[in-house]
Amino acid sequence: MTELNSRIPAGPIEKKWDQHRFDMKLVNPANKRKYDVIVVGAGLAGASAAATMAELGYNVSCFVFHDSPRRAHSIAAQGGINAAKNYQNDGDSVYRLFYDTVKGGDFRAREANVYRLAQVSVNIIDQCVAQGVPFAREYGGLLANRSFGGAQVSRTFYARGQTGQQLLIGAYQALERQIALGKVKMHTHSEMLELVVADGRARGIVVRNLLTGAVTAHAADAVVLATGGYGNVFFLSTNAMYSNVTASWRAHKKGAAFANPCYTQIHPTCIPVSGEHQSKLTLMSESLRNDGRVWVPKKQGDTRPPSQIPESERDYYLERKYPSFGNLAPRDIASRAAKEACDDGRGVGPGGLGVYLDFADSIKRLGKKTISERYGNLFDMYQRITDENPYEVPMRIYPAVHYTMGGLWVDYNLMSNVPGLHVIGEANFSDHGANRLGASALMQGLADGYFVLPYTIGNYLAGVKPEKVDVNTHPAFTDAVRAVKQQGETLLGIKGKRTVDSFHKELGKIMWDKCGMARTREGLEEALQRIPALREEFWRNVNVPGSGASLNQSLEKAGRVADFIELGELMCRDALHREESCGGHFRVEYQDDGEAQRNDDDFAYVAAWEWAGNGQAQRLLKEPLVYENVKMATRSYK
Amino acid sequence: MRLTLHVWRQSGPSTPGKLETYPIDGVDADMSFLEMFDMLNEQLTLEGKEPVAFAHDCREGICGSCNMMISGQAHGPWKGATTCQLHMRAFKDGDEIWVEPWRAKAFPMVKDLVVDRSAFDRIIQAGGYISVNTGGARDANEILIGKEVVDESMDAAACIGCGACVAACPNASASLFTGAKITHLGLLPQGQPERDRRALAMVEQMDLEGFGHCTLTGECQEACPKEISIDVIKRMNRDYAVAAARYVEPKETAGAG
Repeated sequence: MTELNSRIPAGPIEKKWDQHRFDMKLVNPANKRKYDVIVVGAGLAGASAAATMAELGYNVSCFVFHDSPRRAHSIAAQGGINAAKNYQNDGDSVYRLFYDTVKGGDFRAREANVYRLAQVSVNIIDQCVAQGVPFAREYGGLLANRSFGGAQVSRTFYARGQTGQQLLIGAYQALERQIALGKVKMHTHSEMLELVVADGRARGIVVRNLLTGAVTAHAADAVVLATGGYGNVFFLSTNAMYSNVTASWRAHKKGAAFANPCYTQIHPTCIPVSGEHQSKLTLMSESLRNDGRVWVPKKQGDTRPPSQIPESERDYYLERKYPSFGNLAPRDIASRAAKEACDDGRGVGPGGLGVYLDFADSIKRLGKKTISERYGNLFDMYQRITDENPYEVPMRIYPAVHYTMGGLWVDYNLMSNVPGLHVIGEANFSDHGANRLGASALMQGLADGYFVLPYTIGNYLAGVKPEKVDVNTHPAFTDAVRAVKQQGETLLGIKGKRTVDSFHKELGKIMWDKCGMARTREGLEEALQRIPALREEFWRNVNVPGSGASLNQSLEKAGRVADFIELGELMCRDALHREESCGGHFRVEYQDDGEAQRNDDDFAYVAAWEWAGNGQAQRLLKEPLVYENVKMATRSYK
Repeated sequence: MRLTLHVWRQSGPSTPGKLETYPIDGVDADMSFLEMFDMLNEQLTLEGKEPVAFAHDCREGICGSCNMMISGQAHGPWKGATTCQLHMRAFKDGDEIWVEPWRAKAFPMVKDLVVDRSAFDRIIQAGGYISVNTGGARDANEILIGKEVVDESMDAAACIGCGACVAACPNASASLFTGAKITHLGLLPQGQPERDRRALAMVEQMDLEGFGHCTLTGECQEACPKEISIDVIKRMNRDYAVAAARYVEPKETAGAG
């Protein structure tokens, strides 16, 4: 059985990373160009890693399924990026950011990784400014900050409501510069469909060119997955339409353990679903909770327009339940509170699935101009979608799937249990525990890509010889190519009666109902009956039109949905086995009057699942979580 | 509502294309334009026909993937919105809508409504960056940038690279796209060392790609979903002219040692 070794360096936490950087082996500058590295994905983590490794001298090949690396979904992040700069002189520090993140993650993250994340956060801001990222500034020319959920200091840097876009454009430009210099070979429209493991280590990938249908193998000395999260398993989420689990899942099936799959972040402030046709959900940045107040009517079934509900008949439930954090309570807590209010019959809008996010007080206090400067683009976006003007009537919001804390298991060096396979950004599991704090995803993606992986991958490469492998003759490569071609032909040949989307929607509904904001043993057991049945029907009755020899968006989607169905089953199994509530994982049986009830005695570990073959239940591997610096306590935001 | 769609169908770059007519019923005013296309594609799939290929991803107006020419307007009738943000309440029952791809020599056809916009990446490769390697950056607050300057830079940096400016321009010029990047970086203190080189290289690449010249028609700023102003073109032209007059290629021997 596989042993998980987290390779956490010894020593005091504030020294671990520095000491480790010294202890790691180096590849000398003249030898770096002998090593080939494959990076899959070019969002914040992938683009920053590819660019930085190319700057160091490695030969990088970068693969994306988009037409350009600038389209990755990191681009949609709105609110900001955290860093322990303490520019606001409000008591922030590396230790505080570390502490907030461990606590925010409900004591299910690895301490050493989180501390390193907080340490390098300050370098990220410097690097991005040097690249020309236009972060918001004060009149005096210094950088501005805003507050975000789960923190009592102002440490979030932002570029209007388009922070992810600006950070990604910075990383994208650094990447394009390396492409122009010939140090990165960019492969667009190339979807990774297989990881190649040869002689016990990751040696390459197989991709399908989405325009021509050509299936090709690519070899390297190390493979890096930066392929994002899997929130689209729920069909409706704030993720982009193409976001998927396929690269991670295919790696999982080749031996990479999948950790904490059930930790899903449900974001409290999204625009509610408007009908059956809905294809995705739109997030309204958490930063809005800086100036917006969340409320529902005190009376059940109150259908009066909000302007006619007097103050005394409103329940500002976050301010009432969590007076010290108020509207800036962390995401998992704010989402659950919204669900509770709606379940209690006090939700607003169609179907009663919504709560108000009200800016009237802030507009009175600060003026419409200030509010528009801070959130103008978000207000416009809201109005376009709902046809309501949030300057005049409160926004209606409801929680939606947004981020997945789980992902492929990695050690301190960000390497999976398959030697040579590294996983960075949202695709790995490492830093957010059971709940991610706002503005920390951008931080982690760029920390991994700019400041962690480029060092740690050298430690791996220094230990292996740069050897070429012939992809046309090596059986591991030829077998993988054959398997990819075979799957495409199988999908096209089924010619059943149901569309790919209809399967995806059905899966999404099972996941949302049974493995969403509130989970029960009974519901999860039911899902574990229904998902295998859905999988069986998919492979018998899906209809994939067209051919495999050209652009075929139905075929692409069919492969992704097939993987989502298998992942959904694993998520339910993980959620069923974790008999406690923590962060984004809320088991109805384990609660203390609506608050999550953790069980540290039995569940203070990372649950990493190992593939055991088609149709077999994965094996559970455990990495114990040891807290040497932060005392495990019941999380309180009251 | 019930609509009649005339959609450009073309199976590949070298085959001729034509408009196909599809009636569609049951369209809801709350749907986005692309959700209406999802519905059309489900309908086509169930009829045994091949669905329409179209580019899309984030569906919140930021990734720049979606690109439809809707009844002659890039991204359709709503100002400051991408195709994915356009909602069906912009139309009424019985409307006929013509949907075509971006058309420009520098954006070769791929399939149906999908075109190849990689020319934009190559314009960025020519110089749309600040040359700083990771590490070694000084403290972010050591570079003071006035709020007005960073705000103007951000206005230009908001470009999503969708190509609506090119599609809307009678000359298929990429000046708004190129000017936006030259403005974003050229306004910032960090962008000064490479300002001349950047303007020359990016404009040259834009011409090499086969984009047309700007005649200040202004269609681009009307079509731009991020409402980027043609002031960025003014800035590009000025930076280009100044750079052309004073720029000297670095000596090959310089810096050796």
